[in-house]
Amino acid sequence: MRKQFDLDLEGLSAALYKMAAGAEDAIRLSVRALTQKDGALAQRVIDGDGAIDEQEKSIEQRALKIIIKYQPVARDLRSVTCALKMITDIERIADQAADISSIALKFLDRAYIKRLEHIPAMAAHVTDMVHEGVRSFINRDGTLAKSVIAADDAADGMFVGIKDELISYLREQPDAAEQIVYFMMIAKYLERIGDHAVNIAEWVIFDLTGTHKEVKIL
Amino acid sequence: MKRQNGWDMFAFEGETAVTIESLDLYYGSFHALKNICMAMPKHAVTALIGPSGCGKSTLLKTLNRLNDLIDGCRITGSVRIGARDIYAKEVDVSALRKNVGMVFQKPNPFPMSVFDNIAYGPRTFGVRKKAELSGLVENSLKAANLWAELKDRLHKSALSLSGGQQQRLCIARALAVQPKILLMDEPTSALDPISTGKIEELCGELKEAVTIVMVTHNMQQAARISDKTGFFLLGDLVEFGDTGELFASPKQEATMNYISGRFG
Repeated sequence: MRKQFDLDLEGLSAALYKMAAGAEDAIRLSVRALTQKDGALAQRVIDGDGAIDEQEKSIEQRALKIIIKYQPVARDLRSVTCALKMITDIERIADQAADISSIALKFLDRAYIKRLEHIPAMAAHVTDMVHEGVRSFINRDGTLAKSVIAADDAADGMFVGIKDELISYLREQPDAAEQIVYFMMIAKYLERIGDHAVNIAEWVIFDLTGTHKEVKIL
Repeated sequence: MKRQNGWDMFAFEGETAVTIESLDLYYGSFHALKNICMAMPKHAVTALIGPSGCGKSTLLKTLNRLNDLIDGCRITGSVRIGARDIYAKEVDVSALRKNVGMVFQKPNPFPMSVFDNIAYGPRTFGVRKKAELSGLVENSLKAANLWAELKDRLHKSALSLSGGQQQRLCIARALAVQPKILLMDEPTSALDPISTGKIEELCGELKEAVTIVMVTHNMQQAARISDKTGFFLLGDLVEFGDTGELFASPKQEATMNYISGRFG
């Protein structure tokens, strides 16, 4: 029975890892679609969001079946709960990637006010946070989870840098206000993705310790 | 009910009903319990869990000295109920067992009527008046949530009851002599889920009046109804603490392995 539980839990982790990989790809591809003005790629990300939603539902079902079948306790219960909580964040990350792609579609035949540097750099940073957050769950690595939480300061700093730059562009080029507002939205989406990665890492710490945001839950 | 000397000697003065200190128990050369120390709170359910042969039922039987009946059983250390060492020479074992009732794995009603089953204990301890006995029978059956089901069948054979009713009758029979502690040795393992649920609910109600110590192999049952849980392994008390804490964050790896089904 226990062996079957371990297999089911491994299956749950593998499905979660696959879903997270899909969300990470969605961020990378949405930003590539934005920088390269690749409409087909942007559309692919938007169309792919439904598959990630389906993965979320499938993982929810798996987790609930594990709870019904095995009535896990202690660390086992925390791991299943953790997976259930993490998929909500991963699903939101994929939504935000799709939102970035939707914005990319608006600029396919229009020049950008500047070469995009900071947004791709911030996207790479928060994608890395998501990847490491999920890896910390798979590897049960609390140190890695804490490093993801710490990395959010840099993400917030990048957001402030982009915001300040966009404000100065707004002053200099008021005619480009629409594009500047959309870039601001993209920066905010990326900042939110960083927050979701932090949520994931916080659930990993709960998985390992029973404590969530310094509150002992289980 | 008529009182005899020693019947009230097990009064709980503090919050602790049972205090076990440095308890070792041997069956001949077999060391069945090893240096057990635990304090069981009054008006609470304490669950004893662990794999078969770990010593949990043996510990339960030390609390009413049922092990005295086993040849070659030897005990060192102390077991106190309230402030009284129950292994002290002056202790009247009958008075102890009146104060510490017991319910076993399989329902064991006497082959007599429902009324006589319940009245058996009080009669043994000297109650003769019909009205007093009737009152005790009614109150005991009510306490065991059986009155509504059996009030019109008091003079039918207890053996005609369902398994779940028989077990609650055994609980009522134990309650009839007004014990302070109720020992339960896997009380629901022979029962269906509905009957099990009724006994679990009953435990929650009974602990207002009695202190319950229960051996169970059902982890979820221990998690649902007990306040404290002790995990035993090979005669050692591996971990003892608040049930919520033990099932959420066990301190010992062996406890985690057992409650999560990795062994046992």
